[in-house]
Amino acid sequence: MNRDRATAIVMLLPSVFLLGIFVYGFIAWTGYTSMTDSNALQQLSGLPSNFIGLKNYTDLFTGTLNSRFRIDMVNTIFFTILFILVCLSLGMGLAILLDQKVKGESLLRTIFLFPMALSFVVTGVAWKWLFNPTSGINALPKVIGLPPGKSQWFISQERWLEFNWQRLPEILAIIILAVVIFFALRYWIKRQSMMAGFITAIAILLGAWISFGGAASLNGLKAPETHGFNVALIAVVIAAGWQMSGYTMAMYLAGLRGIPDELREAGRVDGATEFGIYRYIVFPLLAPITLSAMIILGHISLKIFDLVYTMGGGDNRYIDMPGINMFFTTFRSNEFGQGAAIAMIMLILVAIVIVPYLVTQLRSETTL
Amino acid sequence: MTTISPQPVTMRSRISLSRIAIYAILIFAAILFLVPVYMVLVTSFKSIDQVSIDTMWNLPTAFTLQSFSRAIDKLLPNFINSVLLVVPATAISAILGSMNGYVLAKWHFRGANIIFPLMLFGMFIPYQAILIPLVQFLQSIRLYGSLPGLILVHVVYGLPITTLIFRNYYAEVPTEMLEAGGIDGAGFFGLYWYILIPISLPGFVVVIIWQFTQIWNEFLFGVTITNTGSQPITVALQNLAGSQIVEWNVQMAGAFLTALPTLLVYILLGRYFIRGLLAGSIKG
Repeated sequence: MNRDRATAIVMLLPSVFLLGIFVYGFIAWTGYTSMTDSNALQQLSGLPSNFIGLKNYTDLFTGTLNSRFRIDMVNTIFFTILFILVCLSLGMGLAILLDQKVKGESLLRTIFLFPMALSFVVTGVAWKWLFNPTSGINALPKVIGLPPGKSQWFISQERWLEFNWQRLPEILAIIILAVVIFFALRYWIKRQSMMAGFITAIAILLGAWISFGGAASLNGLKAPETHGFNVALIAVVIAAGWQMSGYTMAMYLAGLRGIPDELREAGRVDGATEFGIYRYIVFPLLAPITLSAMIILGHISLKIFDLVYTMGGGDNRYIDMPGINMFFTTFRSNEFGQGAAIAMIMLILVAIVIVPYLVTQLRSETTL
Repeated sequence: MTTISPQPVTMRSRISLSRIAIYAILIFAAILFLVPVYMVLVTSFKSIDQVSIDTMWNLPTAFTLQSFSRAIDKLLPNFINSVLLVVPATAISAILGSMNGYVLAKWHFRGANIIFPLMLFGMFIPYQAILIPLVQFLQSIRLYGSLPGLILVHVVYGLPITTLIFRNYYAEVPTEMLEAGGIDGAGFFGLYWYILIPISLPGFVVVIIWQFTQIWNEFLFGVTITNTGSQPITVALQNLAGSQIVEWNVQMAGAFLTALPTLLVYILLGRYFIRGLLAGSIKG
């Protein structure tokens, strides 16, 4: 039996070895590149690259020439929030409706889920045509004789919720302060005065730090720079939501099917309304699925590349994303060091979302 | 018992009213989901002079396959590239995944619960984070720009998901079955070959469909580590759509051709596709 166990480990080794190099080795390599000024010119002339520490990273957040990266960060945040909201609400809504023992369920399910089988490139090409400002959806009202729509969709230059990037540290500090105050209030209400006092003290310190300009002094950007929610992103959210909400629907549907009928029956016997059954029995049981879906969708949106590349072609800054920026910085402008830094930031963001998820998923599995 | 109490009647009519609402919403949603399909099909069956803003939502006045023959002209070499890429990459990653899944599910060894999550992490990373070393590595082993290079990449980065699906699949096989085999003198390979492989077909179907769809649809590796001769179809479609002369009907026909293989697999074997999909969220 021991010899068989040794054979088992030997059989696993090639894959472990390959992934070790292609994932962890390469990440380490990218990490190193991100701390150098490596570029194509240097490589072609056979010069070594210089180690420059974290300069590429500070440049991305504060360099005058790197506003594109800051646009990407803001776009990513707004896109992620909207994309998750659309997929969760649509996915859950469709799943609940399909769970009402409807006729033709399998056909409807097929229709809602088929976009998942497509490439983001196909989705991008089809929706680019639908979102063409002079045709597509804008031309639809003309079919029934109404004036055409005027939305510019993915080439819109409109921007909402504008803010100055220089004020970002302050804005973030105020958001953190709001969260701290929220928890302080919760502990006051629960009458746990020890914790409440402690957290209130933190809130007062943080508030004082902000009002005396502590957060404002963290700004490293020299000139004001306006960012905001680019309206053009709505078109990308619709296309991505069309493709991915079937996925959340399938997850929720699997969850709904897993709820034993006896539980709902018990609720009905106790006199709960249909709404009450969902509010008190179904939704709490679906909560873990919502969390999983948020994490899976969130990490997809942090990585999004093909769809935006197809719709925007890499030049449309209003829907630009870090993945696109990395690609163009690295393979078109040949700035390897800078591109590697963008890639590492993407990796860190994805890891923050995925690592705790992986750990908890696998831990709960072994205790079962 | 000739009279019917009024209560059930109102109950029934109230229920049927909400039923109507449910069906109405579902059918409306289905129509919305199918709008892009309608648009792609309607546009691709038109000739270029029929594609105008005023009539873009109309059915074609005369069906023509002109745009399809143009799209096939442009995309056929890349379609063949994609087939040559997908078949070996799917097969190799499925076989390796099956072996890995067997080891991880049935042969517990120290460190396995550290190695497995580390392997899984590989399927979540943004591939941008490994792209620069990957290109340099492929250049150094002279596989850059070639289909074998792309196959290697898809096999390696496909390992986490194929391993995961097979591990979960084999975990459900009762250990007693293997123990019975062990008593009969079967070793590591004997157990795998005579006990697991004969019941592995559904697992292989799920994995093969998943890998086929993923690799066929992939774009980032396709666009960075190939050259003109070895580009897969997604890259060629993006080039077609990004070209200066916008022939919408040819683009739509191209999109349809690119989507066709994975769409057929989905329609014919959707059940297994969904299983692979849910496996991607670890537990399903």
